[in-house]
Amino acid sequence: MKWLSKTYVAAVMLFLYAPIGVLIFFSFNESKSRANFTGFTLDWYQKLFSNEMILQSLLNTLIVALVSSVIATVLGTMAAVGVNSLRKGPKALVMNLNNLPIVNPEIVTGVSLMLLFVMFKELMGRVGMNFEFGFTTLILAHVSFSVPYVLLNVLPKLRQMDIFVYEAALDLGCSPSQAFFRVVLPEIMPGILAGFLMALTYSIDDFVISYFVSGPTSQTLPITIYSMTRRKVSPEINALSTIIFAVVLLVLLLVNFHGARQERLQRRKGGAAA
Amino acid sequence: MKSKYSALPYYVWMALFTIAPLILVLVFAFTDNNGAFTIENISQVGEYTNVLVRSVWLAAVATVICLLIAYPLAYIMSRLGPSKQRTMVMLIMLPMWMNFLLRTYAWMTILENNGLLNRFFGLFGVGPFDMINTQGAVVLGMVYNYLPFMILPLYTIMVKIDNRVIEAAQDLGASPLKVASSVVLPLSVPGISTGITMVFVPAVSTFIISRMLGGGGNLLIGDLIDLQFLGNAYNPHLGSAISLVLMVIILLCMSVMNQFGEEEEREGMLI
Repeated sequence: MKWLSKTYVAAVMLFLYAPIGVLIFFSFNESKSRANFTGFTLDWYQKLFSNEMILQSLLNTLIVALVSSVIATVLGTMAAVGVNSLRKGPKALVMNLNNLPIVNPEIVTGVSLMLLFVMFKELMGRVGMNFEFGFTTLILAHVSFSVPYVLLNVLPKLRQMDIFVYEAALDLGCSPSQAFFRVVLPEIMPGILAGFLMALTYSIDDFVISYFVSGPTSQTLPITIYSMTRRKVSPEINALSTIIFAVVLLVLLLVNFHGARQERLQRRKGGAAA
Repeated sequence: MKSKYSALPYYVWMALFTIAPLILVLVFAFTDNNGAFTIENISQVGEYTNVLVRSVWLAAVATVICLLIAYPLAYIMSRLGPSKQRTMVMLIMLPMWMNFLLRTYAWMTILENNGLLNRFFGLFGVGPFDMINTQGAVVLGMVYNYLPFMILPLYTIMVKIDNRVIEAAQDLGASPLKVASSVVLPLSVPGISTGITMVFVPAVSTFIISRMLGGGGNLLIGDLIDLQFLGNAYNPHLGSAISLVLMVIILLCMSVMNQFGEEEEREGMLI
């Protein structure tokens, strides 16, 4: 039984990782072939780093991700504070609307935003002003699909918080804004950070929505990857995949080690208190 | 805290960028180029019934395969020690963090006519097989991309199943099959329904997987929508009508699934 389950886990892992392994393996392949390994080379990496289009789209991705997730975090945190003080009925309504972009298929969100921006462009054209698809539309779209996740992360933290702590701060002479920034904000910070990170990763990874709302000058990395896959042979993709995989692996390992250490510390503290 | 008003900017944002766009889709679906009311767009969707059926069918097949693969795996994971569990969750999530275009591209290179798999078959003197540009390839792409979405919710639910409950059933003489069907399965129903929604919704609305692995002959709903908005067939009215139909299909699926699952299970599994 033991070896059966071990084999099963191994088989699923093979299924999950074999394709990625193939990409990584062939990123070092001398010839353009995706089936014959003719010799070791780092040429594709060199080509990748001198590829103006890829570097530019990487920069675009980072700009859009940072700007949109900062806006989304501020907007979402403010919203969470407001929603938290709502009564049950209105709160349920707001939360349902909030979940709309999460449950809606991405392609529908994408085309609906595209329709909105096309309409806006026409309206602007009518009064003689120019409005093009580009960074503005991308950032607006990314904020829209990120805020719901920030709200979902911050709200539970607010709910868990002891309301009397805030009131005690007021009694001790804090102004409401002082009480918020010095007492409430540190308390809900983990939720805000988690929301921010989620917004950041969703934004970096997003293809479908960006595909519909980006302009010719604001290609993000996933869009560039898409146009690369449309051309039949482009071994630079393999190199790019390898780098992305390495980065993701590194980030996950760091987060995991950090999490494990935090947990151990917590347990030690808990043990000491008991 | 009396701070209801701090949510106002978000309400305005939602109204502008979530609700207004969806209303636009609705309006476009029921109007023609001159803005007059019509149901022609909706009835035109009927011409694409075969595409709709194919999308739902392929997505359903992929969902079932995901469930069959993920269920035993999630159970095995949930019975491991804490540190092993953490490693496993990380291993499942790692491929998810790679852009899905790259993951799908990987399968393109494997399934090609002179790709890796056909070379491998060639060693034994069989093939080459036509694997890319088939419905099977599309299903494979869906399963590969969305399998973690099935494993993780199942795992989160199964971790909560107390080992002692299973042991009690065994002590009372239940066979392994009986334990699985009468104890583990009923307790994991919320995870199953969340997993099904999380796989079916993206699978039925994809347009990249079908384009990259299905060739031109296996269009799905998503491809149709894309064609109406960014393709040569530019017709946002028909595109909106198809989007509306897609939303209805998904709403139906979700309302069926919500009969089984509890909403509570949503949080926590988003990361």
